[in-house]
Amino acid sequence: MSYFNADIQKRAAQLLSLYPRRRSAMLPLLHLAQEQDGYLSEAGIEEVATMTGTTPADVRGTAAFYDMFHLEPVGQYVVGVCTNIACLIAGGEELLEHASKKLGCAVGGTSSDGMFTLEETECLADCNIAPCVQVNHRYVRTTTPDSFDAMIGEIREGKRTDEIPPHGTLIRVRRDGGLRTNEPEVVEARATTLKARDARVAKEQK
Amino acid sequence: MAVLTAPKIVSSRRDFDDSYTLKRYLATGGYEGLKKALTLNPEKVCAEVDAASLLGRGGAGFPAGRKWSMLRRAPLSYLVVNGDESEPATFKDHYLVERDPHQLVEGVIIAAYALQVTQAFIFLRGEFALGLERVQSAVNEAYKHGALGENIFGSTFSLDIVVHPGAGAYICGEETSLLEALEGKRGFPRIKPPFFPAVNGLYGEPTVVNNVETMSNLPWIISNGGAAFAALGEGRSTGTRLFALAGNVVNPGVYEIEMVKNTFRDLIFDPALGGGVPGNKKVKAIIPGGVSAPWFGPDLLDVPLGADEVAGKGSMLGSGSVVVLDEDQCMVRAAWRITKFFSRESCGQCTPCREGSGWIERVMYRLEHGGGRMEDIDLVLDLCDNISPGLTWPPQQTTICVLGPSIPSAVHSAISMFRQEFIEHVENGGCTHV
Repeated sequence: MSYFNADIQKRAAQLLSLYPRRRSAMLPLLHLAQEQDGYLSEAGIEEVATMTGTTPADVRGTAAFYDMFHLEPVGQYVVGVCTNIACLIAGGEELLEHASKKLGCAVGGTSSDGMFTLEETECLADCNIAPCVQVNHRYVRTTTPDSFDAMIGEIREGKRTDEIPPHGTLIRVRRDGGLRTNEPEVVEARATTLKARDARVAKEQK
Repeated sequence: MAVLTAPKIVSSRRDFDDSYTLKRYLATGGYEGLKKALTLNPEKVCAEVDAASLLGRGGAGFPAGRKWSMLRRAPLSYLVVNGDESEPATFKDHYLVERDPHQLVEGVIIAAYALQVTQAFIFLRGEFALGLERVQSAVNEAYKHGALGENIFGSTFSLDIVVHPGAGAYICGEETSLLEALEGKRGFPRIKPPFFPAVNGLYGEPTVVNNVETMSNLPWIISNGGAAFAALGEGRSTGTRLFALAGNVVNPGVYEIEMVKNTFRDLIFDPALGGGVPGNKKVKAIIPGGVSAPWFGPDLLDVPLGADEVAGKGSMLGSGSVVVLDEDQCMVRAAWRITKFFSRESCGQCTPCREGSGWIERVMYRLEHGGGRMEDIDLVLDLCDNISPGLTWPPQQTTICVLGPSIPSAVHSAISMFRQEFIEHVENGGCTHV
């Protein structure tokens, strides 16, 4: 019995079929586990370990390396404010400080209603609209305290749900083509193609 | 005056709102380069890219054609696209993956055909949620269009592309670290030799790793010929390039301009480009090529935007980003923040980088925020010297990858160019800038 729900399980199986080796699906699978639970739960980590043929300790050790994976529960919306060089010049630190006051939590902490987690991020590659703010990795492009407050208000009122999915949901577009299947004609077609290619390469190398 | 006569090679669709759709892409010459490539033999495609003498657009600026020719011929090999754009103040790949994903996908298919690779991966940084969705949509559409999958456009060539999300780690922009992440591990760079990707890459197989912008140039190069590309620019720096302009400028943004024909001054001040510094303030310093690059003072604004031209003045064109710092900016603060970045992003494998970055950051912090000592200024330089002996450019390396030797650039530049400002920080017990 999988810990993942039916939809995530189906997508996880598809992911595993895409890579030549199971472990390669680690990061996308962890994103899926985070999509289901909002963070990486013990059970989610164990499930990913089973799927990739590794151990929970190995999975946790890998996940801990990456900033986007949360090993502890976070708010429904993770707000990231950049303070790196281009944003620093544009007032990134001041905006982060304002965000901390507005949300009533320290940087790295979660608001008391459990809705927002605030993070100081490194460069988010949107430096022409600085300081850069992301909510659940969507660019919200609020560069002033006033527009930041308005954005938070809209999220609280549920007005931005189409644009900003709950924390953990990264890619909403499903891969729908070119899956490797084991159907005989596909396997045969692939073999013929590869053979033709090898023959040509061999000919050209002569 | 800026020279703006060159054609737009990678940003030709920037005025269309629907530039990321297959419909728009096909209406503007999309997938014609691929169709042409498939009528040529793979060696001829490689030869066109060689003729274009396209320099890799990632940061190191290695010629793409040469990189390809180094790929060891093997039954199994891979093409990996590096879209883990995390160099601070660089946002050109962000533009390309969100605004023109089909151009990227077409470039990848052309490269895979040239290299006779049947499996490609596009690695995008996880923070590009929209970019990931756009590229995945483009891949889906390309499959339906027959441009991907078995027997592309009826040829004998087949290719599968997997869009792979990263998860937030600057170091994964380093190609061997990216391969580790793609193998599902912590992003620790591999030591070279023996792990040159062209020989020993993904799963130990020969692998070519190319940047997003490099790939995006290929459709145009094949359609118009390598010679037409090489006719643009000068010397080793051919074609056009995307420059990400940020900091104290009126119009920050991504601009595609011809290599070498324009200078930093043109990029920053031309009304059609940067539009000058707000409030007509003076330029105090610029950071060319990402925060790993040594800084330039206003005296070097007339250096042309070319790889060799910038290298000749002791810095690098790097990732194609340019940050402008005006006269009001505190250089200690800027240098401290850059060190903090490296300290956060050091992967922790090599001692000089892991320990050095944090140590320098702490000393820079107290210089900026109060509590700094006069001897701290030289202490910082000494620490930098321990990471990269001699503080030369290009830097000496004591670590597995180049993240370590990139740490000293900013602090070394700041102290060499603005030592007096550091002294004032110590005398005043911290920063007095507003």
